Amino acid sequence: MMIEPSNRPNSATRRDFLKTTAAAAGAIVATQGSLPAVYAAGSDPIKVGLIGCGNRGRGAAENVLSAAPGVQIVALGDTFAEPLKEARERLGKFTQRKEIKQRGNSADLPESRCFVGLDAYEKVIGCPEVNYVILTTPPGFRPIHLQAAVAAGKNIFAEKPVAVDGTGIRKVLAAYEEARKKNLAVGVGTQRRHQRAYLEVLKRIQDGAIGELVGGRCYWNQNTNTKRRAEPGETNLAYQIRNWYGFPWLSGDHIVEQHVHNLDVLNWALGAHPVAAVGMGYRVPRDPGYGPIYNFFAVDLEYPNGVHALSMCRQISSCANEIGEYLVGSKGSSHTNSAGKLIFQINGKKIYTDKEVRKQANPYVQEHTDLIESIRSGKPYNELKQVAESTLTAIMGRMSAYTGKRVSWEQALNTREDLVPKELTWDTHVPVPPVATPGKTPLL
Amino acid sequence: MRRLIQFSLLFGICLLMLPLWRVGETPEAAPARADAPAAKHRSYTETITGSKIKFDMVAIPGGEFVMGSPPGEKDRKDDEGPQHPVKIQPFWMGKYEVTWDEFDLYWRARPGQKEDKEPETPKDADAVTRPTPPYADETFKKGREGHPVLGITWHAAMQYCRWLSLKTGKRYRLPTEAEWEYACRAGTKTAYFFGNDPKQIGDYAWFADNADEKTRKVGSKKPNPWGLYDMYGNVSEWCIDRYKKDGYATFPRDKPSLSPVILPGEERYPNVVRGGSWGDEAKDCRSATRFASERDWLRQDPQRPQSIWWMTDGDFVGFRLVRAVAEQDNLKKFRSRITRQSPDD
Repeated sequence: MMIEPSNRPNSATRRDFLKTTAAAAGAIVATQGSLPAVYAAGSDPIKVGLIGCGNRGRGAAENVLSAAPGVQIVALGDTFAEPLKEARERLGKFTQRKEIKQRGNSADLPESRCFVGLDAYEKVIGCPEVNYVILTTPPGFRPIHLQAAVAAGKNIFAEKPVAVDGTGIRKVLAAYEEARKKNLAVGVGTQRRHQRAYLEVLKRIQDGAIGELVGGRCYWNQNTNTKRRAEPGETNLAYQIRNWYGFPWLSGDHIVEQHVHNLDVLNWALGAHPVAAVGMGYRVPRDPGYGPIYNFFAVDLEYPNGVHALSMCRQISSCANEIGEYLVGSKGSSHTNSAGKLIFQINGKKIYTDKEVRKQANPYVQEHTDLIESIRSGKPYNELKQVAESTLTAIMGRMSAYTGKRVSWEQALNTREDLVPKELTWDTHVPVPPVATPGKTPLL
Repeated sequence: MRRLIQFSLLFGICLLMLPLWRVGETPEAAPARADAPAAKHRSYTETITGSKIKFDMVAIPGGEFVMGSPPGEKDRKDDEGPQHPVKIQPFWMGKYEVTWDEFDLYWRARPGQKEDKEPETPKDADAVTRPTPPYADETFKKGREGHPVLGITWHAAMQYCRWLSLKTGKRYRLPTEAEWEYACRAGTKTAYFFGNDPKQIGDYAWFADNADEKTRKVGSKKPNPWGLYDMYGNVSEWCIDRYKKDGYATFPRDKPSLSPVILPGEERYPNVVRGGSWGDEAKDCRSATRFASERDWLRQDPQRPQSIWWMTDGDFVGFRLVRAVAEQDNLKKFRSRITRQSPDD
């Protein structure tokens, strides 16, 4: 059986939404009810607290400053002093730019609102000035940070993925419900959902341009990722957090940390999450500094009604590279690729040239523009559920690859797997697990 | 006679040892090292040490030319003037744009080489640094073997030249903007080196009308009068200079400036790019057309600092090598000062 576009859950809402606000996010949930206590609609300033001052956090802070007028960065938090210092300096310089000043945007970052340590997130969220938090720490911390930010009634921009295991996803789904009740806005860094070229392709698919969807493929095959060396005198925990990509409890492995983007596009187009996965993967020999994560995965994703999609991701240099998605329908196909070579095609025909795509709004800025617009118009949207589902899609694939077992959605969601250690202090010794072995590593 | 033989032997041994000293030299010493004066200024082929990869260098005679375009030139932009006379010393220029075959030797991990390479900010500031791999396909699916390098920053091109200089013992670098235009014009004064009619450009260049948004193998069109290929189109080419819109106004108009160059500092942008690319129309591939690099060439890079090596949106910029016969003083020690901390606007 095929998935008929018009029979998909929420498809009417999605299509109508795409028609009315092409530049905004797809597949959102507009919440109704009382406005958040911390933010009254209109032109009140957006006061940003940045939690996670690494390369992406600093990027997101610049993006939000470029996204709308009346934005101020007022608090910073990081586990370590160095990235926070760099963020503070960079934002000081960035806000001197003419185009930032013209929007009335600024950074106001006294020492008293710059927090370093494992509890820095609580302190940023505890700042009464802050009404918009950006969560850009390693993904393992995301569920805890989301829960704390929602409990404090803050609007949120969180980077993807939103968790590293099913236990974390359950927390995120609870936070989603709570945020809806409180009418908080939550954007999640799946910027393809805010990229004009993607929105146009998805709109055409949903309008029937390739017929009924029968399958799909998606890829994130890239070069070898970077790693960081241990510094002399560094604790076991500090090293793992600094070299977070290599540790499943922090990154979820690269299928979760990066490939979630492409899986999100499949779920978006198919209007559903998969019901099960059979995956495989391992790692070619590599320096132990890369941690116990894999460097390649291939997963068969089973969607409702017998639709299957193939997912591949790899981090090995000098191999065939591709980052993109293909959807196959009864009348044709689509191909989207937004990294490196730009491709936005329906039935083999370019919808935009490279040059046109590069002139369109920067999606990393647009995702904040849309979120702030939703707050100021009194209709805050919440992307948490859809990205929790895309994240769990990736987690399900990893669980299957690590164990060698077929893993159902329910098994992935209700797992006992709980990777993130509780009550972290700098003295906590976090054991490094062995590289998972399919057929031996148990499914929890 | 005996003394003469002894002396000759000693001298010969010293000469033989010279390459050995070079191997043992620290990178710091390399840029200051003078190229051995060339006996004859002739075109040659260089084989990159330790590989079978070769590239051709064309001897370009010294001379004088008028830089920039006249006010009446069609599609001229203000930054192409005022025209001013320039004197250029003899040099060699790459017959072709630098290809991935060459560049891959520099940055890609090879068998036996440690996967973990130099960090982006080495403690020894003089070390030659290499790019960490980008996450997306660095060729932008435009072809690798025989195709020009693209999507790399000015800093990456500069570091490649340092690496290549250490490998070969010859000082390779980016062309100055003046050298680039002098070599491109090849003695001509017209808008293009083949005349003023843009309709002919398809014989010489891969540009917007014939490239289908792709690059082609270098040297697959006709060369300019001095035997240089792809000076227009295929990829635009980095020059060593900082871009200044009104930079030409700083040079005298009544007497030739000798080897003019405006050297960049710590800021990442804007630097000069010349020649136009697969994405440019004929009017933007004239001999005098100037482009300035900008932050937007990395707009899809979501990290801060953005990569100092790869440009997420600069899939139209590559470079071409030059080598001076006698290096001008202000370039002898010049090197990129870009680091992670460099200002990026």
